Amino acid sequence: MPGFDFSNHNRNLALHAQGVPLPKATSTGTTIVGCIYDGGVVIAADTRATSGPIVADKNCEKLHYIAPQIWCAGAGTAADTEFTTALISSNLELHALSTGRKPRVVTVMTMLKQHLFRYQGHIGAYLVVAGCDPTGNHLFTVHAHGSTDKLPYVTMGSGSLAAMSVFETQWKRDMNRDEAVKLCAEAIQAGIFNDLGSGSNVDVCVITPEKTHLLRNYITPNVREKKMRDYKFKRGTTAVLNEKIITKEEISKYVVVEDVPGEQAVGEKMEVDQ
Amino acid sequence: MAALSSYSMPTEQPAFSFQNQPQSHASGGPTQHSFYPYTDNGGSTLGISGSSFTIIAGDTRMTSGYNILTRYAPKLFRIGGEGPEHAGAKIVLSVVGFAADGQALQERLDMVVKMYRYQHGKDMSVHACAQRLSHILYNKRFFPYYVQAILGGIDEEGVGALYSYDPVGSYEREQCRAAGAAASLIMPFLDNQVNLKNQYEPDAPQGLEKPQLQPQPLDRQTVEELVRDAFTSAVERHIEVGDGLQMMVITKDGIEELYSPLKQD
Repeated sequence: MPGFDFSNHNRNLALHAQGVPLPKATSTGTTIVGCIYDGGVVIAADTRATSGPIVADKNCEKLHYIAPQIWCAGAGTAADTEFTTALISSNLELHALSTGRKPRVVTVMTMLKQHLFRYQGHIGAYLVVAGCDPTGNHLFTVHAHGSTDKLPYVTMGSGSLAAMSVFETQWKRDMNRDEAVKLCAEAIQAGIFNDLGSGSNVDVCVITPEKTHLLRNYITPNVREKKMRDYKFKRGTTAVLNEKIITKEEISKYVVVEDVPGEQAVGEKMEVDQ
Repeated sequence: MAALSSYSMPTEQPAFSFQNQPQSHASGGPTQHSFYPYTDNGGSTLGISGSSFTIIAGDTRMTSGYNILTRYAPKLFRIGGEGPEHAGAKIVLSVVGFAADGQALQERLDMVVKMYRYQHGKDMSVHACAQRLSHILYNKRFFPYYVQAILGGIDEEGVGALYSYDPVGSYEREQCRAAGAAASLIMPFLDNQVNLKNQYEPDAPQGLEKPQLQPQPLDRQTVEELVRDAFTSAVERHIEVGDGLQMMVITKDGIEELYSPLKQD
């Protein structure tokens, strides 16, 4: 069956009535912005993801791929922005294949608003949609309840007021690429430093009719300083009550054991301090 | 078209004093008006006592909801000193929670300690000051000062003294304590690094007999480094902590104040 599974709905209502709280979703309490310039469109986002007052991810990606020339910045519930953009991206690919034309930004905007309106705001996705298509360069915002806006510059998320104050004082008509990127990055930094829900780095995506440039961590104004002390524990500090050693020969009875040399084994290295 | 503001604020945390707004009259029933006088202003504090000193530290950010109200609002106060500079003070009070109550509590304790000197002709001991603070807090048992307080000084033997409090006056003398928004992040670090919890003699053989590492009195530099690391780490993972680190070192010679910047995002 396609769509969402509501089979736990009645059980959860009963649990909620007994005082069981709802599970806390990761919110990308965010600053996202977008700005049209004469040769294309720019969107930008901060990289902090929060769960209540705790920072869940210091360097997450809030710029989502829809189509090669159409990208989306997401605020709100992390899972909702992630899955909604992935779903629309997938359907848009099929649509492009069946029509044999390049997808349009209005199409994405319409598909998003129809999907979100159907769920009456329960899908907490607040999006900035931007892209270039045969009809021109476009910039939209889509709210979780399904309303949309078409504007030359937009902001969204908890840092939207801080970011908009930058646009309202510095935006001007007919900017070039560098001016637009600088303005968007500045707006995001206003969010990073003045809104607690936003923080860490600036991601930028520049879309032109010819090419898309994703500038991941375009500005990193919040690098952690070196720790003063060394917290390496001497071997043997942790007490061990018992130990059992399973050799490679033993485990290979159940699974295929393969040796992968060096750092190749890890696809992406985990980010750690220092 | 989209006239409503869109930003997604988590609503489960306490933030604004006028959060309980009047309900709409549309339901026809009686409307209940309520006023919630407390606000959580975020931030974190921490205190560690040594053999001849006590260090109390706190960040200087003051928040309300997702807003930064100011990047410099000290949470550390000298108690019982003279004049606007609090000259000669030997006791430090740190308060975190509701900033207005913290201010009121600090003013009240400061007055009490000054009155003690005027009436008895001698300085109040930290021990006495600690007990008096407990009484001040319990006096407002049913309309509490919404603060977690930490009091630091040097006791009558010249040893570092540190007392921690809950909002209604339960108190205890301790070696170290973290309070405020990031207390749950900092306290386990202190347990491990100051009291050496979960650390065993590395060279002893494994087993149930393996002896725990015994906590040693820490020197001043080590403590200052631990405090700095505790706060830079808390800043990384808690949105309400940041901007500046204020540290007060209390020795027999008086109070030394140190300030260093923290990340502002």
